Amino acid sequence: MKFKATVRVMPKPSVLDPQGAALERALRTMGGEGVGSVRVGKRIEIVLDGPGEAEVMELVARWADQLLANPNMETFGLELVALDEA
Amino acid sequence: MRLKAAIVVFPGSNCDRDCARAWEFVTGGKASFVWHKESSMEDCDVVILPGGFSFGDYLRSGAIARFSPVMAEVARLAKRGSLVLGICNGFQILTEAGLLPGSLIRNSGLKYVCKDVFVRVENVSSPFTGRYEEGQVLRIPISHGEGNYNAPGDVLERLRDEGRVVLRYSDPSGRVGPDTAPNGSADSIAGVLGEGGNVLGIMPHPERVSDRQLGGTDGAAFWESMVDSLRVKGIRV
Amino acid sequence: MSEEALEDKWSEHGLTEEEYKRLLRILGRQPNYLELALFGVMWSEHCCYKHSKGELRKLPTEAHFVLQGPGENAGIVDVGEGVGVVFKIESHNHPSAIEPYQGAATGVGGIIRDIFTMGARPAAILDSLRFGPLEGHRVKGLLNGVVAGIGGYGNCMGIPNVGGETFFHPAYSGNPLVNAMCVGFVDTNRVFRGRATGPGNLVLLVGSRTGRDGIKGASFASVELSDSDPDKRHNVQVGDPFMEKLVMEATLEILENGLAVGVQDLGAAGLTCSGCEMASRGRSGIALDLDLVPLREDGLLDWEIMLSESQERMLMVVEPGKLDRVRAICDKWDVPCTAIGKVTDDDCFVLRRGQKVLAVVPSVFLTDKAPAYQPPMSEPPSYQPLKKADVGLAGKIQDIPGLLKKLLASPNIASKRWVYEQYDCTVGANTVLAPSGDAAVLRIPGTRKGLAVTCDCNSRFVALDPYWGTAMAVAEAALNVAVTGARPLAITNCLNFGSPENPEVFWQFSKAVDGLAEAARRLGTPITGGNVSFYNEYDGVPVYPTPVIGMVGVMDDVDNRVPHHFRKEGDHVFLVGRSLEEFGGSELHWLLAGRDEGHVPFLNLDFAARLNAFLADCAKLRYLESAHDCSEGGLAVALLESAATLGLGVSLDWADNISPAAALFGETCSRALVSVSPEKLGQFMGYLQDFNLPHTQLGRVAGDGLISVRYNGAGLLHEELKGLLGLWEGALAGMAGI
Repeated sequence: MKFKATVRVMPKPSVLDPQGAALERALRTMGGEGVGSVRVGKRIEIVLDGPGEAEVMELVARWADQLLANPNMETFGLELVALDEA
Repeated sequence: MRLKAAIVVFPGSNCDRDCARAWEFVTGGKASFVWHKESSMEDCDVVILPGGFSFGDYLRSGAIARFSPVMAEVARLAKRGSLVLGICNGFQILTEAGLLPGSLIRNSGLKYVCKDVFVRVENVSSPFTGRYEEGQVLRIPISHGEGNYNAPGDVLERLRDEGRVVLRYSDPSGRVGPDTAPNGSADSIAGVLGEGGNVLGIMPHPERVSDRQLGGTDGAAFWESMVDSLRVKGIRV
Repeated sequence: MSEEALEDKWSEHGLTEEEYKRLLRILGRQPNYLELALFGVMWSEHCCYKHSKGELRKLPTEAHFVLQGPGENAGIVDVGEGVGVVFKIESHNHPSAIEPYQGAATGVGGIIRDIFTMGARPAAILDSLRFGPLEGHRVKGLLNGVVAGIGGYGNCMGIPNVGGETFFHPAYSGNPLVNAMCVGFVDTNRVFRGRATGPGNLVLLVGSRTGRDGIKGASFASVELSDSDPDKRHNVQVGDPFMEKLVMEATLEILENGLAVGVQDLGAAGLTCSGCEMASRGRSGIALDLDLVPLREDGLLDWEIMLSESQERMLMVVEPGKLDRVRAICDKWDVPCTAIGKVTDDDCFVLRRGQKVLAVVPSVFLTDKAPAYQPPMSEPPSYQPLKKADVGLAGKIQDIPGLLKKLLASPNIASKRWVYEQYDCTVGANTVLAPSGDAAVLRIPGTRKGLAVTCDCNSRFVALDPYWGTAMAVAEAALNVAVTGARPLAITNCLNFGSPENPEVFWQFSKAVDGLAEAARRLGTPITGGNVSFYNEYDGVPVYPTPVIGMVGVMDDVDNRVPHHFRKEGDHVFLVGRSLEEFGGSELHWLLAGRDEGHVPFLNLDFAARLNAFLADCAKLRYLESAHDCSEGGLAVALLESAATLGLGVSLDWADNISPAAALFGETCSRALVSVSPEKLGQFMGYLQDFNLPHTQLGRVAGDGLISVRYNGAGLLHEELKGLLGLWEGALAGMAGI
């Protein structure tokens, strides 16, 4: 079966995000007086074949934990969608 | 008329003082510093956007700096015909601001690279390179993590056809090949001229090789060329 | 809180029961929770040096040119013409083991702040790195992360990284060492110190907001690493070099305009340490209002605010009348600036929220009255047997070319180009010699002078003989400076050791400090400050004792500098110094036997001093084309390093009474490989006689791209330089890639 896994990686809430902080300041000078906070993350899309949803979720979660996110500083969220084999 | 040279300083610019020193050492003239928050500038003859990490290079190199108030003035001066030179981060800012085509993305090797490289001067009729010989090979340092020049195919073709590729990475003998760009730049491009011929962006750092004490003088002719091209118009240091 | 309730709390804050009792005696009452947290962190090893300060008193720290010795943010030496050199080295070992990129980056950030807080513009960075053997995913990850982190921070700040060392050895598996050194220039009339004076003056917090970063980092550094603590990953400090660049520019502008009375950066133990130290040094008090501290997130507890190690923050003491001008400068640079307290005259460290007082402790209780220990020490049982081990094996080897190639391709000898090309080494346009085989040289702005700077330590030698090994580290650093033509001036040291509660480790520490003191005295290079990092162990096994020596030297005319590389065909090649038959602790012995053992090479400190003076004079007299220190890998490696830069070979033919292996790979101390132009030969040789220095004329620089060596009448090497360079330059890149 074909799947698309989307992994969203964001900095942990209590960890400093220098990029976010710099963008926050920049946006405020561009008409963004109402901007409260900015945090910057990554979105990783993986298309892969697998036996079933549960197995693929487990596999991608392992990849996320070991490689795609840095557990010292980041958290991640996972989404899995089955793709039509057209 | 007295030549007025200005160096724009952004938060995070590092090579502003290096450029000022090189300019003064080679041309005898003094460059003034313009803070990025200035929304009006004198009609300068030379504007330099120096290297560094403006705004930390956060998001994309030069992405935030292009919105600084001073950039509207830089655009005005570019349109007016002043000489605008963007070095390294300066080049990145000029592409983000649309004053030069293409973009500088992450080095193909994915790592920051600082070393001396060789570049071939392809175009000696620009106001920045008049003192060089065509095909002359310069030894000059690069120092960047995002120096990989990229542009759509048609833009690259146009740059080639119009002779607006001013510098290409080469080997010591001047051979340009797929292996000579240290950062993966398309067409081994190290420097690009704007449409009007008065805006130049280069990744290597001429201000670091303008003084024999620092190990080389191949960069000095950039400053001298600019002074030459202005002297012709009656503007002197 | 009752005594029982606080009973287990003192250990939570890293104090021992004895220390808690001492606290009670000194304070005269029970501390509340916040006060206990303050003592816990200020009395931790990292902040109060309780196990080391006794020993450190043995070090020579004074000279007429020392403007600032140990005790401040950094040391300062006067180099003439109104210029002071501000410099210091520090460690960030444990954070780098957990999160390599950020650990190394924030280590660099911290040492840079120590320099500009004195009013000096940082001019260069160096780093000394040690890892386990370069194999396997983990060490490669550490190496890549640490190098990227150092580059990422330093490059962004526009401070060139001009030198350092990278070393791989099983002794560091599980506990890498990351030491960062910074050097800057200051106007000697405008030096600022970290002291709070003038009751009524405002205490400003400048820079980043305060979050939960690295809480208990200071006490964390005093706890050994073990795999059983994965949640020590919590609250990793993340560096923001852009913010630090802004803070640096704002701080320098404020100081240039004379607008601050005292400045201190926030590092280990954050607000607590900086506040207490400023008050203590100023012999005054400080009162802070926690409600005024700008926070990055809600809900921080009192002790979290006081112990937070959020980066890129400074404390400034400012007269009320100057506040507006300080704010204007901070606004220009978009650097947050908040008044959070006042200097007082009651000598107390007072914390409050508005009117509510949270903690009151006399400042000196937290600093001067911290405990000091003289731990027991005992010579390790392995010490004497290791010295007596037979290392004659190396002297019998025959395949010289094969051995040379193996050495050149080994990670410790191989070219470190893969590392230093990730660092900007020329930003600032003051670098005249770097990266180099020896010390880096910078021009000193506003003068004709040159500054040489290096950091060195051969930890194999220190492990085999802590006293002489440390003396040799000092001698090597001084020689690395002298070969460039500079006079060695002063030292900053980073002493990396295991647990001081281990008598064998403390014995190593004490002997190392003795060796450091003796060598510093005999070479005329006082210690101006530094750092002690204890508890570098993994699963109870300490790292090799590693006293990293950072040294600065000065030359009166930077145009007299001497590079390490050969310059032209036909120049005469000399080895100044004497080579002996000794292999103890050498790279060669490790290669052959897989062990560090034997007697360390013999060091004569008076000879070392004479050699340094000779080299500095020769540079002034322009007798030398090149000069290079012989160290790891011996003469053969030094030859290759000198040949590499311009691709010039050598044709050598000499005789001596030691084995070929000793002649080529022995690591005898105090030897310089130099090349001399034919026109200068007579004068050079005359000067050698005047100084009465042993020396050997080896041969000449060749233009044929060959390394050709004949020794005692037999051909030892006849190799293409290109092939050898290929091995040497390509080795690390091949092994470091993940």
